[in-house]
Order: sequence, then structure tokens, then C-alpha cells
Amino acid sequence: MTYVYAFIVGGLICVIGQLIMDYTKLTPAHVLVIFVTSGVILTAVGLYEPLVKIGGAGATIPIPGFGYALAKGAIKAVDENGIIGAFTGGVEATAGGIAVAIVFGYIMAILFNPKVK
Amino acid sequence: MIKKVESNKKYEEYLKKTQPKPNYFKNCLWAFIVGGLICTFAQIVHDLFEKYLNMEHVEATSATVMTMIFIGATLTGLGVYDKIGKRAGAGSIIPITGFANAIVAPAMEFKREGIIFGVGAKMFILAGPILVHGILASVIVGFIHYFLKR
Repeated sequence: MTYVYAFIVGGLICVIGQLIMDYTKLTPAHVLVIFVTSGVILTAVGLYEPLVKIGGAGATIPIPGFGYALAKGAIKAVDENGIIGAFTGGVEATAGGIAVAIVFGYIMAILFNPKVK
Repeated sequence: MIKKVESNKKYEEYLKKTQPKPNYFKNCLWAFIVGGLICTFAQIVHDLFEKYLNMEHVEATSATVMTMIFIGATLTGLGVYDKIGKRAGAGSIIPITGFANAIVAPAMEFKREGIIFGVGAKMFILAGPILVHGILASVIVGFIHYFLKR
């Protein structure tokens, strides 16, 4: 059942993104920035956590989930270390993903050439 | 001057008439299916991590994100991801694999400009704005949380 919920929640988040791109003339970059920021804000007001409970990877894998990890990390670090945590928490929580993206992004860019379109 | 404005308006109307309208339903269906499948696959990866590598839930979640980024980067390198993206639209852009795609695609494209200003700089042409705004928002949230708590 968790797989069904992951499919539905993840699919619906993507549909919202598709609707924004089709109806407004916003570029994917705009949508991604809006989504990651929304993820941070929704987490801060406590609305994203329930979505993660229901959807699992369906909520953490779409880009608002990245915002969720950032906000959750910042809040947790503030609870543990005070005001310094506001600066360290978000990046700390997402460091793994960012490092993997940089390392393999670099390797792939060196190994492969763009395909002719 | 007035003529110019008028002709601009006419041109805009002409554009509106001739530009193909996106097929909203079909686009959404593709986004739903591809986005859903990517997330379901990630959920399976997550459960495998928990079951066979004895990871904690939180640990497994970040390991899953890393795995998906790796897969997204590899598929982009192989040229497969862009083919999926043509149909899937937001279904391939919004999941974290799309974030990996946004890093690898420009890095490959601008490789000929060297590893400093090509790969190194262009890597973040799309991912940069996401990181900047995401981190900015998270620091603000951290500050608000700090002052509300006191």
C-alpha cells in the first residue's frame, strides 16, 4: 500500500508542476525554485510532514522534499545548537545529496558527451 | 510610435492564434505516471535499504535521495533521461532525478569551455538558483523558529 501512496502523492506533485508550466509561461527553473521554497515554507508551518507520513518517497523525492529536508534540518539544528543551527542545519541535512550530485555530475560530464538532438 | 504599438498587439494576437495550445490533459497524465513511477521506484529502494542494510528510517531516506541522484546523473550521461523528459515534462523535472539532470546536462554541454568555467561553473546554472533559494528559505525558517521558541 505504501507504494500506491508513493505513486499518487509523487504523481500529483508532478501534475501541479506540469499545470503551472502549461498555464503560466514559467520555465522549469522557475517552477523548481518555487517548489523548493514552497517545500521549506510548508514544512515550517507543519503541512509537509503529514504528506511525508502518507506518501513516503512520493513526498521526499520530488523537489519540495528537498525543501522539506532543508527546513527540517534547520529547525532540528536550532533546537540542538541555538542560532548557529539556523545556518548549519539545512545544508548539513542535504549535504549528502548535494555532494553526490556534484561528484557524479562531474564524472558524467567528463565521461559522456551530449547526444546530438 | 502608435503604429508600432498596434503592430505589436497584432503580432501578439497572431502569436496567440498560431501557437499550438498545450494538450493539458495528456501532459498531466504523462507527468502523473512518470512522476509516480519514479517515486514508487524510490520507495522500493528505500524499503530495500531498511530491510537488507538495516538502516534507520531517516538514514534510508537520505540514502534513497543519494541513490536517485546517482541514477538521474547516470541516465542523463547516457542520454536516456532527456528522452524520458520529452514526454514526461514535469514528471521528470520535479523529482530529484530532474535535479541531477539539471546539473549533468549543462556540465556536459559546456565541457568544451574547460573544467573551470565550463563544467565547474555551468554545472550550477540551474541547480544554483534552487540551492540559493532553498538554503536562504531554510535559514530564515531557522531564525523564525529560534525567536518563536524563546
